[in-house]
Amino acid sequence: MKRRFAPDRFLVQRLGISLITLVAVLTVVPIIGVFGYIIAKGAPAISWEFLTAMPRDGMRAGGILPAIVGTFYLTLGTAVFSVPLGIAAAIYLAEYAKENWLTRLIRIAIINLAGIPSVVYGLFGLGLFVLFLKFGTSILSASLTLSIMTLPVIISAAEEALRAVPQSFRTVSVSLGGTRWQTIRKIVLPQALPGIITGIILGLERAAGETAPILFTGAAFFLPRLPNSPLDATMALPYHLFVISTQVPEMPIQIQYGTALVLIIFVLGMNLIATVIRSRARAKRQW
Amino acid sequence: MDKSLNWRETVITAVIRTCGYSAIVFVILIFFFLLREGVPALAEVKLGDLLTTRWYPIENHFGILPLLTGSLIVTVGAMLIAIPFGIGTAVFLSEIAPRWMREILKPLVELLGGLPSVVLGFLGILVLSPFLRVFLDLPTGLTALAGALLLGGIAVPTTVSIAEDALDAVPQSYREGALALGATKWQTIWRVTLPAARSGVLTALMLGIGRTIGETMAVMMVTGNAPVLAVKLTSIFSPVRTMTATIAAEMGEVANGSTHYHVLFFIGLVLFLISLAVNIAASSVVFKSKKRAERVLS
Repeated sequence: MKRRFAPDRFLVQRLGISLITLVAVLTVVPIIGVFGYIIAKGAPAISWEFLTAMPRDGMRAGGILPAIVGTFYLTLGTAVFSVPLGIAAAIYLAEYAKENWLTRLIRIAIINLAGIPSVVYGLFGLGLFVLFLKFGTSILSASLTLSIMTLPVIISAAEEALRAVPQSFRTVSVSLGGTRWQTIRKIVLPQALPGIITGIILGLERAAGETAPILFTGAAFFLPRLPNSPLDATMALPYHLFVISTQVPEMPIQIQYGTALVLIIFVLGMNLIATVIRSRARAKRQW
Repeated sequence: MDKSLNWRETVITAVIRTCGYSAIVFVILIFFFLLREGVPALAEVKLGDLLTTRWYPIENHFGILPLLTGSLIVTVGAMLIAIPFGIGTAVFLSEIAPRWMREILKPLVELLGGLPSVVLGFLGILVLSPFLRVFLDLPTGLTALAGALLLGGIAVPTTVSIAEDALDAVPQSYREGALALGATKWQTIWRVTLPAARSGVLTALMLGIGRTIGETMAVMMVTGNAPVLAVKLTSIFSPVRTMTATIAAEMGEVANGSTHYHVLFFIGLVLFLISLAVNIAASSVVFKSKKRAERVLS
């Protein structure tokens, strides 16, 4: 009896593992395809003029400089608000908070912030920053909206980095007479910094690529000049890609692929920097 | 210790504590503003009228059922893709692939997760939907199916990443025990490793669903934006419109404070409550599994 069943389960195993391998191949190959295709199609469009000139001809010619600069400003503005707040919140959770209902509530709030649809952030930004606080459709409103969206990513990553610092470091500092804050600022924060920076970059990377939160809070359809105050609206790469691929008739396809490629390089370049910082810090770490 | 040091310590502690509470404040603020702008919709449009099948704001028809079913059909379609491909790939990476291959492939899959959704939508318009139109012989390729395929692509990286972590966290001794009892590798995966990682895999799926429901740009670009009721099985081959896409497409054009404006905020409120429910459910799974792990360890 046993002998008759034995080959069966090995047959099942062979079939099963082949199937799973096939599924993995079918997942990975399209991913490589997506990146390869955009790079191949977009690369010919990239030129010095494309990166540094204003759009002309109803965006059908010229460059995408205002969109690149706009995305840079929005990312920077997001960092200004979300980085200090995020790090401080992470310090609270990792170093001060006790395990009680309030801390659990904070954690649930962070998980929920991370899950709120990006377009709902857009609505919130419109309601609070654009209309209620009267910042108008501006870089300021859009940056504030994006910072709240980015906050959960930064808090979670920074908290994890702070918790990874061995307890003995704190004990030694306190035993030498350091106060709690001195210990955090001089001992814990420097040790956790690479991890925190990685988290910040990954959060900002998401903000840089988002369209829905800036749709009604700061994005301009077409603005052939650079913004000169935080209260100006601005063009941005993701919104610009949306506009030229759906709203402008007879748009040259090359400019569309070029814009997509620049956006990907912007976003994935940040990802790459974060990865390098992380692996370098891991190699140097002595604990 | 001098007094100024004590004083500084107190101030800094207070600031950090305040920042610590900020996440709660923001969730409440978001909820408050959605209520403030969305609830007037219920006074201006009767609830019965909201639950009709006609969305045509210019003539004051605000039936949100087509949008609900549009979101539903696209999300279900995406999950039918994300469940087999997400979990299958996670199992492959964690249990079958050699270590070096996993070190390459997992970051690659996660890279797709970092791709802005507007780029996927862009490829959806230029590549996917023309292909679907020719391949399936449809009048237009901008359909619920195109949306589901893209959303599947968006949900897969989240699912793979978290599910693989969960599988990786299953103690090696479980696998060794099963193999020592004569189970094949496949039986070990199917009967021991996957069940042991169950709660983590479930969380991965929930978070994948969460991303899917809230996704806006890619869906708006490829689903054809037709607010028709999608209840038949063949609706997957016709254009639909989701709740998120409706907000994104129409909010730019409405007058502040109009009925249309309030209804769009009301839809936002519905989305907010759905994401709240999904995330609380997902996190309660996480908390439960943590407790179980603590019990086993103690």
